[in-house]
Amino acid sequence: MSKNGEEEKREVIIDAKDMGYRELNEKIHEVIDKNPKLKKIILKNVLGQRFIGNGIEKEDLTIEIYGVPGGDLGMFMSGPTIIVYGNTDHAPGNTMDDGTIIIHGNGGDVTGHSMRGGRIFVRDNVGYRSGIHMKEYMDKFPVLVIGGTAKDFLGEYMAGGLILVLNIDSEGDDLGKIKGKMIGTGIHGGTIYIRGEIDNSQLGVAADIKEFTEEDRKKIKIYIEKFCSIFNLGDEVKKKLIESQYTKIAPISKRPFGRLYTQDLR
Amino acid sequence: MCGIIGFISKKKRLISGDKIAMALDSLKERGNGQGSGYVGYGIYPKYKDSYALHIFLNNTPDYYEIISKIKNTLEKYGKVIKDEEIPTNGGILKKEFIPWRFFYDFHPSYRDIENDLMVNIVMEINDKIDGAFVFSSGKNLGVFKASGWPKEVAEFYKLDQYKGYMWLAHARYPTNTKGWWGGAHPFNILNWSVVHNGEITSYGTNKRYVESFGYKCRMLTDTEVVAYIFDLLIRKHKLPVEYALSAIAPKFWKEIDLMEEDERKIHESIRMTYGGAVLNGPFAIIVGTHEGMVFMNGDVEKNNTMIGITDRIKLRPLVVAEKDDLLFVSSEEAAIRRICPELDKVEMPDAGMPVIVKMEK
Amino acid sequence: MIPSTVPPKYKVEINSNRCMLCERCVRECSWGVYRRDRNKIVTYSNRCGACQRCVAMCPRDAITIEKNLTCWRDHPLWTREVREDIINQSRTGCILLSGMGNAKELPTYFDNIVLDACQVTNPSIDPLREPMELRTYIGKKPKKLEFEYIEEEIDGKKIKKAKLKTNIAPNIKLETPIMIAHMSYGALSLNSHLAMAKAAKECGTFMGTGEGGLHRDLYPYANHIITQIASGRFGVNEDYLMKGAAIEIKIGQGSKPGIGGHLPGEKVSAEVSMTRMIPEGSDAISPAPHHDIYSIEDLAQLVRSLKEATRWKMPVFVKIAAVHNVAAIANGIATSDADAVVIDGFKGGTGAAPKVFRDNVGIPIELAIAAVDQRLREEGVRNEVSIIASGGIRNSADVFKSIALGADAVYIGTAVMVALGCRVCGRCYTGQCAWGIATQKPELVNRLDVEEGANRVANLIKAWTLEIKELLGAAGINSIESLRGNRDRLRGIGLNNVELEALGIKHAGF
Repeated sequence: MSKNGEEEKREVIIDAKDMGYRELNEKIHEVIDKNPKLKKIILKNVLGQRFIGNGIEKEDLTIEIYGVPGGDLGMFMSGPTIIVYGNTDHAPGNTMDDGTIIIHGNGGDVTGHSMRGGRIFVRDNVGYRSGIHMKEYMDKFPVLVIGGTAKDFLGEYMAGGLILVLNIDSEGDDLGKIKGKMIGTGIHGGTIYIRGEIDNSQLGVAADIKEFTEEDRKKIKIYIEKFCSIFNLGDEVKKKLIESQYTKIAPISKRPFGRLYTQDLR
Repeated sequence: MCGIIGFISKKKRLISGDKIAMALDSLKERGNGQGSGYVGYGIYPKYKDSYALHIFLNNTPDYYEIISKIKNTLEKYGKVIKDEEIPTNGGILKKEFIPWRFFYDFHPSYRDIENDLMVNIVMEINDKIDGAFVFSSGKNLGVFKASGWPKEVAEFYKLDQYKGYMWLAHARYPTNTKGWWGGAHPFNILNWSVVHNGEITSYGTNKRYVESFGYKCRMLTDTEVVAYIFDLLIRKHKLPVEYALSAIAPKFWKEIDLMEEDERKIHESIRMTYGGAVLNGPFAIIVGTHEGMVFMNGDVEKNNTMIGITDRIKLRPLVVAEKDDLLFVSSEEAAIRRICPELDKVEMPDAGMPVIVKMEK
Repeated sequence: MIPSTVPPKYKVEINSNRCMLCERCVRECSWGVYRRDRNKIVTYSNRCGACQRCVAMCPRDAITIEKNLTCWRDHPLWTREVREDIINQSRTGCILLSGMGNAKELPTYFDNIVLDACQVTNPSIDPLREPMELRTYIGKKPKKLEFEYIEEEIDGKKIKKAKLKTNIAPNIKLETPIMIAHMSYGALSLNSHLAMAKAAKECGTFMGTGEGGLHRDLYPYANHIITQIASGRFGVNEDYLMKGAAIEIKIGQGSKPGIGGHLPGEKVSAEVSMTRMIPEGSDAISPAPHHDIYSIEDLAQLVRSLKEATRWKMPVFVKIAAVHNVAAIANGIATSDADAVVIDGFKGGTGAAPKVFRDNVGIPIELAIAAVDQRLREEGVRNEVSIIASGGIRNSADVFKSIALGADAVYIGTAVMVALGCRVCGRCYTGQCAWGIATQKPELVNRLDVEEGANRVANLIKAWTLEIKELLGAAGINSIESLRGNRDRLRGIGLNNVELEALGIKHAGF
C-alpha cells in the first residue's frame, strides 16, 4: 500500500481509444510516477498516437501496445521493453538509448533512426533508410533485427552497431533475394548482415562486402535465437537461420570521405 | 507639446459643449492652431442606440458619390437611419472636408458581433473608399475636429448646441506628422476616444502589433494606434482594465521581481504577452468610453468611464481635480480653473498609474 | 607540412636586431612557420595564416607579418583568388574546405542602415540614471491573456477579483538580448566552452552547445545552456535533453545551408568521444537532412517528440539557414509548437564549410529577419513565437538594428571567438588553432585561460549591452520590447527601392 492508501500497481491497463497523444503519454508518465513497482502497462485501442514511451527511463517495465502506434515510438527511451501487436509508423526506436522494441508486424521508414543502444526486433519488414546513422559507444551497442526484408538505404551513414536481415516470411519460409539498393551507403562503422546473396551493385558508397566468418556466425547466433523465441519460430527454422549463408557488409574504411576536401589555406 | 483636457459628471448631468471649448481655449498656448478637437458623450439621446458615424468627405463636387459608396458598404449589414451634413458655421475655417454623419443600425442577426463588424467597416471605409475618413464610430457620442485653433473649431461645429456628460478635448501642436483634419484628436474607434499629449516613440512597434490583429492605421499619426490598443486589450481580449493599462504602461521589472508570487506572475505574463502594446515615450492620455468595464478588485459594471494615464517615467504633465460630481483631467490646472474656479481637490497622478473614474449608480 | 605551389599570401619577417633567439615563436606557432637554424630563426611564410599568435607572444616585438606583394598579373575576372583555387583543385581534385563566414564582398545591409535619436519632440533618456530594461523572454507566448473572476469576501464585502487563467509555456529569461551562438565542443576546445559558459552565466544570458553534446564540466552552467540536437544526434539522450534550459533543433547553418557537418576522426579525442557518445577517432558525420524530417509536418513531429520527451517543460527552438523562402519555412516552424525560430544569415561563421557554400549559398540576415518578421505578422503569429537572429553580427549596432528589424534576440559566435583571442585566420578545421580555441590538442587548448577568456567574453557582452542601452535612451525608449520590429526608427542610406521594401524601412530623408 502506498501512503495515500491506494494500492501500488504492478500492471495498469489504459484504453487509448480516441485519446490524443499528449493525454495518453502524460497518463503513462503519471502511472509510472505513481507506481514505482510497476512492471507492465497495457495500452488498448492504440491508433496513431505518437511518441509512446518517449524519453522514459525505467528498466524492468514492459509496455504492450495493441493497435497501430504513431511515429517516433520509444524515442530517446532508455530501458523499457515495448511490444507492439501491430505495425508501427515512421521511426520506431528513434535516437533510442537503451531498451527493447518488439514489433509483431512491420516497421515504418527510418526504423531505428540514430539508435545508440538497445534492440529492435521487427517480425516482418521495414521501410526505407532503416538503421540510418546507428552508432555505438562504449557499452552501448544498438541492434536491429528484421525478420522480413528492408527497403533501400538500409544502414545509411551507419557508424556502429549491428543490423541483421533474416529474409523470411511469418512461417519461416524464404522470401527470395533481397531487392534493396544503396545498402550501407556512407557506412563508417558497425556491420550489416543479410541472409542470402547481395550484389556489389546493391551497395552504396563506402560499403564493402567482407568475408562472413564463423566468428560472425557466433555473433549473430544470439540474436537469431532471441528472434525465434520472441516470435515463436520452431527449432527447424532456427537451425536454418543459424546455418544459412549471410552477406556481411562493413565500411571500406573508417574514413570513407577523408579525401573529399582540400584545405583552402592561402 | 499639446494640450489635453477632459471632464466627466459622475451624476450624468448634461453639460454644454461651450464649457469644454472655453477650457481648451486656455490651453491654446500648448497648440499651434493646426488641429483642435472635441468628443462629447451623451450628445445624441434621440439616437442613443444607433452607431453615430462621423466621416470626413473630400470637399469635391462629386462628394455625393463618396456618400453612396459609404452607404453601399453600410447597407451590407444594416440600415442607415439618417444621414446629413454635420451642421457648421461658415466663414471660420477653410473647409478642407465636408463632415457628414450617419446614424446606423445593424441588422438584428448581427447583434452579437456588431462591434467587430463596425471595426471592420471603419477599416474598410478608411482603406478602400477614396476621400472618406471615419473619425467617430461610437454610440451616443461624437467627435468634432478640424485644423484650426480651439475656439475656431468649436464655433465651426456649433459646439454650444450639444450637451454631454463627458467631454474630452485636445489642442494640437503637430510634430512628426503634418497637420490635417484627420490628424487632429480625439481619435475614436467604437466607444473609445483618446486624446493624447506626447509622442509614441514605440509607434513603429505598436502599429505593427495592432496591424497583426487586423487594424489599419490610416490617419498618419501615432495616437490612432492608442485607440486600437484599448479596443484590442479591453474589448476584444477582455483584460481587466487595470491590467490592460499595466500592459500599456508596464511596471518595471525591478518592481515586478519584488511582487508577491500571484501578482508577479500576472505582471510578468502581461509583459511577456503584450510587449507590442507598450506605449513607450512621453505621453499623457485621457481615454473615454461608454463600454462595460471590469475593474481590478471590482465587479463587472456597465458605465461611463474616463481614464487618465501618463508614461511610466513621467515625461508629460497631467493634473486631476474634483468638484462635487465633476472630475477634471488636464495638462494644466489653469484650464480647469477657467471653467470651474472653485475646486474641492487638485492632485497630480503618479507616473504610469491610471486614474479611473466611473459613474455613480 | 602545408605544401603550396602558389606564392605565399603573407611574408613573415624577423628583425634580427631585435630577436634574442628565445624560440618563443618556434614554440607558439602551431603551423610550423618557424625553425631555429644555428644563430637565426628561419621562417616558412607559405605556412602562415596571419593568426598573429607569434606576434602577440614575441617578447621583443621582432616579428612582422605583411601581405606578400608578389605580383599576379591584374585581371578583374581572373582574380588571384580564382587562380589560386583552380591551382589547388586541379592538384587535388577535392572540394575546397574553408573556415569562418562568407568572404565575398557582398552587401552588409547593417552598414547601410542608420538609427534615429530624439531631438525636442520627445526627450531622450539617460540610461545610466533612469530605468532601461533589456529583459527579454524567448519562448512561446499566448495570443492573449485570459482572466477569470473569483468572488472573495474582503471586510464583509463580496468582491470579484481578477485571477489569471492563462499559463504561459516555459520561456528562457535573458537579461540582455545577446546570446552566445552554438559552436560545438569538438569544433571548439573545452576551455573555450567553459569560458563561454561562465560568461553566459555572469551576463544573465545563454550559450548554445552546438551539436557536440554537453561536456560534464559544463553541468554547473547548464541552466544557462541551450542544448542542440542536429541530424547526427550526437550526445543526445534523455539526460542531455533535460539538462539545459532549452533545446534547439538545428536544421541548417548560415555558412553552409543544405549540407550536413563532418567532424574528422582526428578531432574526436577521448573527451570529445565521451561527450558525443561515439568511439574515439571515428568520424562524426551529420547528415544533410535529419532523416526523420523530410517535411514541415515531420519537423513538427520532432518538435513535439522533444516536447513529449521533456514533458513540455523545455522550450524548443528551430534553427534554419536564411535561404530564399525563409519566411515561409519560419511560418511553418512558428505554427509547429516550436517556441522560437532561429535564423542564421549567410555571413554566419563556421569551423569548416565547403568554400563554394560559404561564399555562394543563402541570403543576408538583415533581409531574412525583415521577411520572417513581416510574414509572421501577416499570419498573426509573430507575438506568439520568438525570433533569434544570427550570422555576422559584429557589434551592438548590428544587435540593435536586428531587433528593430524584428528579432527578439541575437546569437553571436565569431565575435565571441575574437574576444577569446581568435584573429579570424579561418583555419579552424585544421585543428591546429594556435590560440587554443578551435583545437583538441591539449598543449594548444591549455593556452586558453578559462578565467581570462570568460572575463573577456563577459566584458564584450556587457559593453554591447551598455551601448544598446545608450542607443535606446537616445531613441527615447526605455524597454527593449518597444524597439522590437520598430522599423520606424531605422532609415536606409544608399539602398534602392527594392532593398528598402524588402527591409521594410524608409530611405533617410523621408
